[in-house]
Amino acid sequence: MNAFDLIRSAVKNSLRSKTRTTLTVLSIFIGAFTLTLTSGVGTGINQYIDTTVASIGANDVLTVTKAAEDTGDGPVEYNPDSTTVAAAGPPGTTVVTLGSDDLTAIGDVDGVLSVEPQLRVSPDYVQVNDGTAYEASVGSFIPGMALDLAAGAEPDPAAGSNEVAIPVSYVDALGFSDDADAVGATLTFGITDVAGTPSDITATIVGVAEEGLVGSSAFTANEVLTEALYDAQSVGLSATSKDSYAQAVVRFDPTGTEAELTTLKADLADLGYTGTTVEDQIGSFKAVIDGIVLVLNAFAVIALLAAGFGIVNTLLMSVQERTREIGLMKAMGLGGGKIFGLFSLEAVFIGLMGSAIGVGVGMLAGFGANSVLADTLLADLPGLTLVAFDPAALATIVLTVMGLAFLAGTIPALRAARQDPIESLRYEEPRRPAPEGSCRLRGAAA
Amino acid sequence: MTVPILAARDIHKSYGRGATRFDALRGVSLDIQQGESIAIVGKSGSGKSTLMHLLALLDNPSSGAVELSGRDASALSGRVVNQTRNETFGFVFQQFFLTPNTSVLDNVTLPLQIAGIGGAERKRRGMAALAQLELADKAKNKATDLSGGQKQRVVIARALVNNPSVIFADEPTGNLDSATGAVVEDILFSLQKENGITLIIVTHDEDLAARCDRRVYIRDGLITESLHGEPIATPAAASSTGEVRA
Repeated sequence: MNAFDLIRSAVKNSLRSKTRTTLTVLSIFIGAFTLTLTSGVGTGINQYIDTTVASIGANDVLTVTKAAEDTGDGPVEYNPDSTTVAAAGPPGTTVVTLGSDDLTAIGDVDGVLSVEPQLRVSPDYVQVNDGTAYEASVGSFIPGMALDLAAGAEPDPAAGSNEVAIPVSYVDALGFSDDADAVGATLTFGITDVAGTPSDITATIVGVAEEGLVGSSAFTANEVLTEALYDAQSVGLSATSKDSYAQAVVRFDPTGTEAELTTLKADLADLGYTGTTVEDQIGSFKAVIDGIVLVLNAFAVIALLAAGFGIVNTLLMSVQERTREIGLMKAMGLGGGKIFGLFSLEAVFIGLMGSAIGVGVGMLAGFGANSVLADTLLADLPGLTLVAFDPAALATIVLTVMGLAFLAGTIPALRAARQDPIESLRYEEPRRPAPEGSCRLRGAAA
Repeated sequence: MTVPILAARDIHKSYGRGATRFDALRGVSLDIQQGESIAIVGKSGSGKSTLMHLLALLDNPSSGAVELSGRDASALSGRVVNQTRNETFGFVFQQFFLTPNTSVLDNVTLPLQIAGIGGAERKRRGMAALAQLELADKAKNKATDLSGGQKQRVVIARALVNNPSVIFADEPTGNLDSATGAVVEDILFSLQKENGITLIIVTHDEDLAARCDRRVYIRDGLITESLHGEPIATPAAASSTGEVRA
């Protein structure tokens, strides 16, 4: 029997007892369907995290802060040489500010390509053409960052003029008809210096950014604009005060190995600085998602294991029913190996049907859920596609199920392959009330 | 004297061990020449089916040897034995063993499919075999939808499709009424005479056995007598003389 005939016969045989095959396919379908959706959710959320990560920082950047002395051991003694600023984190979190000496020290660390202070600017309001003024927070655009743009382009870090990307939620408020309408307009920042003197700085809107998971409603300014805002708000500050920053941005070679990055972080730590990449900040979040998806996947795999026993059961029945047919084929010279192939291919085919239908319906359900959820539950998270499908992951699901089906099929297939042709031919078949019209030919039929 | 196509050399066959040991054959020797028709006659439990299974290389004797064209079959590899059964032997069973819900043509071409012959060639040879048995118009029918006589003709077509040199028939008319049975008998004997196919029939039907060139009677695992038009020198048949029953 050649390979083509073997596959053809296996497919034909698996369709012979339709009800039984359908039920087994259904049990595999449930597992494959669940696995498709859970891995789809994993892919979707992780894709979302990836785009979010790209929008809040570049992958060759370390944010460096000066580690404050451990406050766990009681009050810290006052040090007149150090100034602290409130930092992001739980209330009470402070970091020691970085001065120009610190920047020089950081710049000297092996592996640091450049070091820039991160300027914190806090304009009072933003407005367009004397319209309503709104409060706003501003972040700097770091080269390598990728904004999730709804319209326009990212601010050009090398540009000599003030450029800004506005969050999509401000489009309506600032009086634009749609996202594209905002691009090219002029935005005015109102900012007050230390002495209380207000001033205005204008910038061109070059893009509209989708709100990400982190830093969602911040305006993204290019370097020129950030410096202009910083200078405006620092008027009246002493040189030292102006020259102290909450954190600095260090660039390193992104093509380097993980070990080099670890070394760089260790070197910074030795000097009393803490360097964190965007991945460090988001990594824990991703780990949680991965963990949840893993648990969900495990449930789906358990369903598939149960389905595997269904395959064993189905094929054992099939072998039993076809005892005489197996005997006949063996008598006619079909080798045990081919018999094994016949039954294990049948199992693989059942697996293929179950997983293909499961993956197909799973994808449809995923797309359906996406379109429903995007307008309801997840409307506040634009850019999030809850269920996304990765062709490689889907192929893996199908192949895994087929592999599982093959393993399940080996037990009945071995039994069939080992059958003694004489015993099989002599085998008295139990009379069945002819389900599905598949009544066996018996001598009494004549 | 020509080398017999099949020969049994003092074969013993027993099943089980110890107290449950059952000796199905207790020293049987038999030569079967190319082109002859031979009936193995005996009651159920006499060992006639066991002898046929051993001659058809479906089983191995406990002792003794089955020779295929003078070669000891136990020396052949499993692959060669399978190939021999597929290409040299044809099988006709009492219970037909047709695959239900499969077309008559597919049933007939099963041995060719097992041999790995391509679809077009299979169809050509299958249709030729069916035409020979006047069943060409039933090729597309389901095997289940045929009458008993038609089924047995399909089975004979299946046995013929590989152009075998030996056909083993186990009670070929056992499930047929006497009229259809006679038709099937005619087909089998005409195949033997016209195509020179060796016919080995296992039966307890005296009338069918009487149409064969030779009858071998088996009882309790031994050949009790062998009746033949022309004597053949086998140890067990040595005492028998001509068409006279002792």
